[in-house]
Amino acid sequence: MTQYIIRRLLYSLPLLMGVNILTFVLFFVVNSPDDMARMQLGQKRVTEQAVENWKQQHGYNVPLLWNSDAQGEKKVTDTIFYQKSVGLFLFRFGVSDSGRNIGADIQERMWPSLAVALPSLIVGLLVNISFALMMVLFRNSYLEHAGIVLCVILMSVSSLFYIIGGQFLIAKLLRLVPISGYDDGMAAVKFLVLPVLIGVFSGIGSGVRWYRTLFLEEVEKDYVRTARAKGLTETQTLFRHVLRNAMIPILTGVVVVLPLLFMGSLIMESFFSIPGLGSYTIDAINSQDFAIVRAMVFLGSVLYVIGLLLTDISYTIVDPRVRLS
Amino acid sequence: MVILWTDALIFTLIAIMLGLALYMRGKEHIKRPMQQICRSKIGMVSLVVLVFFVLIGLLDSVHFKATGNKTNEIISLLDYWATPLREHGEKTYSAPFATTLYSKEMMTLADGATQWGYPRLEFGGSHLADPETQRMGDILQKAGYGFAQGAGLAAFFMALLWGTLAGQRKRLMLSSTTRTVWAVVFLIVSLSYTLIDLSSYYHVLGTDKVGEDVFYQAVKSIRTGLVIGTLTTLIMLPMAVIFGILAGFFRGWIDDVIQYIYTTLNSIPGVLLIAASILMVQVYMANHEAAFTSVVVRADMRLLFLCLILGVTSWTGLCRLLRAETLKLREMEYVQAAQALGVKQGMILLRHILPNVMHIVLISVVLDFSSLVLAEAVLSYINIGVDPTTYSWGNMINGARLEMAREPIVWWSLTAAFAFMFALVLAANLFADVVQDAFDPRRSGNE
Repeated sequence: MTQYIIRRLLYSLPLLMGVNILTFVLFFVVNSPDDMARMQLGQKRVTEQAVENWKQQHGYNVPLLWNSDAQGEKKVTDTIFYQKSVGLFLFRFGVSDSGRNIGADIQERMWPSLAVALPSLIVGLLVNISFALMMVLFRNSYLEHAGIVLCVILMSVSSLFYIIGGQFLIAKLLRLVPISGYDDGMAAVKFLVLPVLIGVFSGIGSGVRWYRTLFLEEVEKDYVRTARAKGLTETQTLFRHVLRNAMIPILTGVVVVLPLLFMGSLIMESFFSIPGLGSYTIDAINSQDFAIVRAMVFLGSVLYVIGLLLTDISYTIVDPRVRLS
Repeated sequence: MVILWTDALIFTLIAIMLGLALYMRGKEHIKRPMQQICRSKIGMVSLVVLVFFVLIGLLDSVHFKATGNKTNEIISLLDYWATPLREHGEKTYSAPFATTLYSKEMMTLADGATQWGYPRLEFGGSHLADPETQRMGDILQKAGYGFAQGAGLAAFFMALLWGTLAGQRKRLMLSSTTRTVWAVVFLIVSLSYTLIDLSSYYHVLGTDKVGEDVFYQAVKSIRTGLVIGTLTTLIMLPMAVIFGILAGFFRGWIDDVIQYIYTTLNSIPGVLLIAASILMVQVYMANHEAAFTSVVVRADMRLLFLCLILGVTSWTGLCRLLRAETLKLREMEYVQAAQALGVKQGMILLRHILPNVMHIVLISVVLDFSSLVLAEAVLSYINIGVDPTTYSWGNMINGARLEMAREPIVWWSLTAAFAFMFALVLAANLFADVVQDAFDPRRSGNE
């Protein structure tokens, strides 16, 4: 097992390297630091001196890959690639363009993100699976047809509609919860109810449809027929046999997003002004803070790679047929 | 005539689709699923709605320089026909069918006195002498007139079509699916006539903050939605198909490299990659302003870039599916037979593998469409979508979301954007389901 995990970890290294090089190319080669400086300082009539100062301030005043002016190992280390990109591997995110420590910001902001994303995921999963099971239980009836139609309709509505509509109805008209905001500790609950509710609701359409197809695939298999033949009721077969076997594809979808929950949801957090990583990213995009966006891209891919690893491990736990090889 | 980049690509796409249709005509294995689609009521109705949207989008894709206009701006055929809508701007918000502005203002009356009240709109309902009493009747009358006109036109053409049809075809026309389709066509034509007729007298969906007609904005947004939904797939399709098939067919190091590429791309969260790329495009555009001569060209380039970036982030899923399918296909007897007979590998790929993975491509294209249209709105909301000057549902929502806090609330911009988007996405989703049922071999026999 340990050996397997180590091998998988080694396998993910080239992936992260690829991501790193991609972001490097995207942020420094497509547009030179000079371009970025001009963008930040305003377009028209920027003096060379101002550009140089900006680069100096943010540490972009060194060559991209190879510093031929420097001595010894500095030839490699005194470059943008080494200072800005390699450090990401050690989670040294550096300083944002506005001068804040990105690493500290991330540590502080990932918890609110998690507080929204985790309940949304769990409640959503429970709701979706139970609705899907219900539809499979009543398959080939009017109830199921109505359910399918409802799912397509729910799916076709923009998620922005759910957010704006939910905020308007529940927070503004009914005044059940505050419209937006966040608080520390248990006081946060009243701010979290609405985002979680809306998050769950906006996912119902596609979620239920997806789980329904998974269950339908299982329901037609031989072992289910056997279970029915030996006299189990329909509910018993569904819960004891179908649900268990359908857990494997469900797991694939869920475990891989678990680490990404820290990243939060961009739209949700900005609508509800929750100080998580999602709104952090949006703020960075809006203020064109390249350092933060770069750090978030890398962090996101690290979390995704961890998710892949977790998925593989969870397979072996859930499905004894899968062997590590 | 000015051809923008996206226009050119749209016309290319249509040419490709026509070519494919000609090529596929008469192929038995295509005919069966096609017939299944044609028999499905939901499928045909949603197709009619989609075609209606596409027609509007196409009208909006024929651009030319406006003549006789001092600004010399680039407009489309749709703009040309909707000139009254475009030019009938008010001062600020006004509700749908309103004759007065949304907010109170100090007005100067005819006798020189000033009064605090709702001023009349410059264009909306300005033909009415006394809006209080005449408005409802006038709206109903205009709507009825427009509906009758549209219905008459639709009925005339249907009768014409009926007359030219041979007797045998007539029976086909009376099947319940065809009747539903005609009913929907009739309804759409009549209703759009009604709306067109009304919109020259009123602001059917109100006006927005700067007094622009919301109905016009919503209609203009159709093209943006369609472009994002279709061009993105057009851009990513060659990459996904070629890489997927090559990886599955040759295996070995080619497979490893391609898998590495798509896993790497896949491991970056999509939104972040899009955000990073759009930021870079912004920087590039800011530094190369000279290359973008007019606002329209600039917005169009950004739209194209967005499609490109969305394409790059979304090809991996299809690529993986195609790779898996090709892995399965290459072990099939007919492929091995072709190999044994000494058919060149390129030929095997082209003649034996490619046609047999086409159903996956088709299904994923139709399935992706609706999610891309929805994604556009979300991306525009976080400012990494289309250019702020482009008409799009996302921009409409973004511009109007703070208006929910007003009292009385300004609901029409949001409602219009959501309603149009919902209609398009619902039609696309329903159609995608029918297509999937028809083309997916695993699902055949479900009917």
